Amino acid sequence: MTSPLQQKIKITGPSMVTANRTWDGVVIYRTAQQGWSANLSDAAIVRTSDEARTLLGEATADDVGAIGAYIAPVELEDGGAIKPGNLREHIRSEGLTIDLLPVPA
Amino acid sequence: MPLVKQGKITTDLFVHIADGAELPGDGAILVSAARFLENPEALLKRTGKVGVIWPNNRDLDDLVPYLDRLAAVALVFPSFRDGRAYSQARLLRERHGYDGELRATGQVLRDQFVFMSRAGFDAFEVKKDADADAFAATMKSYSVFYQPTGDGRVTALHRRMQLRHSESAGQ
Amino acid sequence: MYAYDELDRTLINERVSEFRDQVKRRLSGELTEDEFKMLRLQNGVYLQLHAYMFRVAIPYGTLSSKQMRALARVARRYDRGYGHFTTRQNIQFNWIKLAELPDALADLAEVGIHAMQTSGNNMRNVTSDQWAGVAPGEVEDPRIWSEILRQHTTLHPEFSFLPRKFKIAITASEHDRAAIKVHDIGLRLYKSAEGETGFEVLVGGGLGRTPFIGKTIKPFVHGRDILSYVEAILRVYNQYGRRDNIYKARIKILVHELGIEKFAREVEEEWKLMGDVGLTLDHSIIEEVRSRFSYPAYDKLPHMPDELKQAAHDPLFERWRRNSVFPHKVQGYSIVTLSLKPVGGPPGDATADQMDAVADLADKYSFGEIRVGHEQNLCLPHVAKRDLPQLWKALDRLGLATPNVNLVTDIIACPGLDYCSLANARSIPIAQELTRRFANHDTAELIGRLHINISGCINACGHHHVGHIGILGVEKNGEEFYQITIGGRADEGAQMGTLIGPAIPYAEVADVIEDIVEAYLALRDRPEELFVDAVKRLGVEPFKERVYATR
Repeated sequence: MTSPLQQKIKITGPSMVTANRTWDGVVIYRTAQQGWSANLSDAAIVRTSDEARTLLGEATADDVGAIGAYIAPVELEDGGAIKPGNLREHIRSEGLTIDLLPVPA
Repeated sequence: MPLVKQGKITTDLFVHIADGAELPGDGAILVSAARFLENPEALLKRTGKVGVIWPNNRDLDDLVPYLDRLAAVALVFPSFRDGRAYSQARLLRERHGYDGELRATGQVLRDQFVFMSRAGFDAFEVKKDADADAFAATMKSYSVFYQPTGDGRVTALHRRMQLRHSESAGQ
Repeated sequence: MYAYDELDRTLINERVSEFRDQVKRRLSGELTEDEFKMLRLQNGVYLQLHAYMFRVAIPYGTLSSKQMRALARVARRYDRGYGHFTTRQNIQFNWIKLAELPDALADLAEVGIHAMQTSGNNMRNVTSDQWAGVAPGEVEDPRIWSEILRQHTTLHPEFSFLPRKFKIAITASEHDRAAIKVHDIGLRLYKSAEGETGFEVLVGGGLGRTPFIGKTIKPFVHGRDILSYVEAILRVYNQYGRRDNIYKARIKILVHELGIEKFAREVEEEWKLMGDVGLTLDHSIIEEVRSRFSYPAYDKLPHMPDELKQAAHDPLFERWRRNSVFPHKVQGYSIVTLSLKPVGGPPGDATADQMDAVADLADKYSFGEIRVGHEQNLCLPHVAKRDLPQLWKALDRLGLATPNVNLVTDIIACPGLDYCSLANARSIPIAQELTRRFANHDTAELIGRLHINISGCINACGHHHVGHIGILGVEKNGEEFYQITIGGRADEGAQMGTLIGPAIPYAEVADVIEDIVEAYLALRDRPEELFVDAVKRLGVEPFKERVYATR
């Protein structure tokens, strides 16, 4: 499998790097301070493919703390708030879209 | 890269000889299958043991005629996830009766030692020092085995059958 | 139910210790993720969208009440209070922490439960049908053979790093409830003309990106030879299965590329060369395994007990009985399906409270035994008919008596994009909406047997290819779309469904299914003609017309 560092990385808009925390599987976002946060609002935003590649390389190097790091799109609101850029990231940050207990018709 | 034999790290008596390189006058050597098959008789005549590194994507047929004169066969795990050498090992030991050194090379990690040993490997070019140190302890991690392989370990089924017989014999 | 002995339990415990050490070495950094991933997969631990997922083995779908309670405890202690039963008779927990997994496994090991080989490129759960051992007309209990195969392939030194996963299913009934034709190896147990027990062996079935129906490699393998024959198949696969491309690595691709005749010859040659390698299952070995399956001491009960006669006046009880209760090979007993498909609920899920309650009901009414079906429902296999009214009341209170077994709302669905990192689209909300659209039980009964299968991606964990109606989630420009197929079957008449037309957007899927069902109701030649048979008779066109007329 190609290392993410060797894959062609091309972003089409503002993006972030996300992964799962190794010890408990919680969703985490790469921060601008070489760390991880469980809050999307702390995610470092990259705007060029080079920036993205660098951030991903940093993230992937932390093999102990995080697994499965990848680049994902974000939407930036007018006030600067960071929102998930697709349904998959929405589910990862907000949780399940379904009710677990049966909801009557 | 440490070599483990008989449960501990030992000096490797064999030297891997690259395909273009000259063969040493004596001493134990490991050569590639391609090189060996160019002139097997000549190689086997040399003083010093000869071992062959057999690729995991090639049938054993061409190797079998020489098994009784080879001091070592090295099989390959290009990734620890590529399990073809396990079949090759079992065939060499159990079908062809090979009893020389059977060496695991490539990505050889601690977590596959038990499988490899059961398949018939008795020498391991271990990737990590820590794994080599842990070899003996790792081999003790399992005491129950369901399947018969050539390793002589009694299977769970046979232990049960033995228990039954001794129970009924005792009656 | 199979009783694990000290040897089985020792192995499970040794496995837990090994995994505990592996987790420790992972968290300390001694093992990289690349080295660790296959090890955790071999213990059923996946990384999913928002957490690890833990898949626990329920060998051939048989559980004791004690084991069910242990699963409930794991759900409470280590997860979010519920679990999901899968299309391979296992259970999945969706929120488990890696650091706590060894403890969860140790808890489960105490009752003989493990997660060995529920993932990874090895032999997975050897499934059977949930009526094994109690179905009328069964040749013999196929689970004996599942257990023999399970033991043989557990931590098999030669076959733990196959090119890809390997799945075997066994049926011992005329009507195949185990979907053997879409498994890597399918085994049909039967008695030869000479009265010998043996198997028709099929190979190369499977779903996913390249679906195939399994082909017969050998029409009869004697029971005593089945282990050596399977070993021969595995060895040929291990050596020649593709390793360059994970999408072409299943045995179905090897069978397809070689052709079944050549593949059969390779296996036969290997098998002959194997000779006698201690894998022949003589009578004493089979009886040893059979002896550790316990069967209930059934009472002599009447065919029609008074309790049942009296309860027949209650139309709600009767509706449930007609739908969820099935004939048992012993007079006076029944097989009861517990629907895990409540209206509006996620299909196949059960809460820890429900699991505990089912365990209690199993103790009271089913000799302590529970089954898991690949339809993602549970089953109580030994219920005395006289107990049915009381059982029903209890199940109804628990929300486990929806009378929709085998009907349109008995939907099989993978977890989909709500949980799974492989998914392209969600499946559970589609299933939930469909149960709401068809919530009226009279309507569902009118429609009759109709299997809807939903997969959130081409990996087909929802078995959409073989659904009477199959729904496959795809992604188009960041939006969820769904391809609809009709006419698939998973049983002895197994075949893939046919695509009816272009993919449908998320918001319209339920409407489309309603259109398809309406078309069927209008076109069936009599009420008893099943949906799947109407599709066979009419082809896809009339349904396609109805659906796409206004789209």
